Amino acid sequence: MPTLKRTYSQALRHAVIILVGVAMIYPVLWLLASSFKTNQTIFTDTGLWPHSFTLDNYRNGWKGFQGVSFSRFFGNSALISVLSVLGNVVTCSLAAYAFARLEFKFKKVWFALMLVTIMLPYHVTLVPQYIIFSELHWINTYYPLFLPKWLAHDSFFILLMVQFIRGIPRELDESATIDGCGQGKLYLRIILPLLAPALITTAIFTFIWSWDDFFSQMIYLSDIKLFTVQLGIRALFDPSGSSDWGALLAISVLSLLPITLIFLVFQRYFLDGIATTGLK
Amino acid sequence: MRTSRRPPIHTHNRTAYAFLLPWLIGFFCLTLGPMLGSLYLSLTKYNLLRSPQWIGFANFKQIFTDDATFTHSLKLTFTYVLLSVPLRLVFALLVALALNKGIRALGIYRTVYYIPSLLGGSVAISIVWRQIFDSEGIVNAFLGWFGIDGPAWIAHPDYLIYPIVTLSVWQFGSAMVIFLAGLKQIPADLYEASQVDGAGKIRQFFRISLPMLSPVLFFNLIMSIINSFQAFTPAYVIGDGHGGPLDASMFYTLYLYLKGFSYFDMGYASALAWIMLLIIAAFTGIVFATSRYWVFYGDSKEGR
Repeated sequence: MPTLKRTYSQALRHAVIILVGVAMIYPVLWLLASSFKTNQTIFTDTGLWPHSFTLDNYRNGWKGFQGVSFSRFFGNSALISVLSVLGNVVTCSLAAYAFARLEFKFKKVWFALMLVTIMLPYHVTLVPQYIIFSELHWINTYYPLFLPKWLAHDSFFILLMVQFIRGIPRELDESATIDGCGQGKLYLRIILPLLAPALITTAIFTFIWSWDDFFSQMIYLSDIKLFTVQLGIRALFDPSGSSDWGALLAISVLSLLPITLIFLVFQRYFLDGIATTGLK
Repeated sequence: MRTSRRPPIHTHNRTAYAFLLPWLIGFFCLTLGPMLGSLYLSLTKYNLLRSPQWIGFANFKQIFTDDATFTHSLKLTFTYVLLSVPLRLVFALLVALALNKGIRALGIYRTVYYIPSLLGGSVAISIVWRQIFDSEGIVNAFLGWFGIDGPAWIAHPDYLIYPIVTLSVWQFGSAMVIFLAGLKQIPADLYEASQVDGAGKIRQFFRISLPMLSPVLFFNLIMSIINSFQAFTPAYVIGDGHGGPLDASMFYTLYLYLKGFSYFDMGYASALAWIMLLIIAAFTGIVFATSRYWVFYGDSKEGR
């Protein structure tokens, strides 16, 4: 009986997919549930639904430490991320326009170099970059964190946009040129609006990566007033075991909230962006 | 395929370089200059306070002959890469295949499977990981149901690598999304034709799906290898931040960080960075070199 067999295997497949899905999402649900449990019950009450529901963790966590609250850390992270997003959107699209539409000397060489930089590990430039920024007295400022984005340093996004622009029909450019548009106007009026999906993909990934960029933040920021959310969480967390776990988990939930919201709103761009370019 | 390749009507040197200016500045000041800088520093002793002191290949000599932590961290990182990259890709491929068969509510599943990739890079999730893999945590509670007495994953140096690998494999969603898109591109008539010829599901997978996906797989493999070598946050947060317990979380990047920014031995850290670059380049090179044996591009006639 082929149909019965098919329904059976279909149901089995669904069951496996759901089961794996639940296992996948379980750590996130555990985090969410535990953030509402009292400190005494987080590790004894293993069920997902909190028996003793409390918001104290959020209140305690938000207070921060050494007189600096998490509203400050969230503000700092948001500032860095927004400046980074703007930088990447503007400068990567400028470079991408040149690579995709203009003819110029040594174009192939520059393009090849740009591709190579995508694969370059960050660490090989780390120490001299640190020295440069410290010579400029930019340690404990946000410049080292967002300025590279204003110099199109994330060349991955250039490639993404180049590929996208190549898909825009040249006829549009040509008719605009006949109407007297120069390259600047062409970029602003024709290409940028059509590039919107790639710009949005760039914006959301830049936002998330800057938000989560623990390594650079840790290297360049040591003044607590300048701390970001990631640094704040790490500072709240004591590996030797005496952390206020409730507060820590509550802040962890909040730290994931902006990223999750962006994902839910822009889901389509996310999944399309990953599918077409292989972003992480 | 669009044919946009036509002889250029004009060259716009000046305009083009104006558009490229930010990138060019970045390329020279943030990439090329610092790369050469770190190559130079790798041949010096430098602690940020006094000017670099030329010592030739002494750093490299010490790294390769007299640095047990280097050897250990390299081994640990290799273990991590060789475990997490294949596992992540295999998981991604299997789930993508399961989801690809016109399943209902695909969007929801795709979202659920993607969420770990979205959140996994944060400090918050690394902290959660530390907790659920605790000897009293939910992973061991789960193993307990099957009568397995789970070890102290975090506290015991022999086991710490497994939570860290699991965290990486957990984030297979992004690779899965890419595979799903790749599977959608495979023409249905290939499967129909092979079905007529009597090919089973397994045969179809190895003769159609896998070769057609190989360019995507290739790309994913390269990027995963590069990214895995650079893993830092999980090792730093799930471990104790100093490589412990007993160097069990001393990933290569963490060692480099500690050398450069805790001991301020920046010449040594630069040497470590260049070795890392060469290792990554070698790995990528190997994958590239073997690619012509296993990556099939649709337009070439792959003979039998």
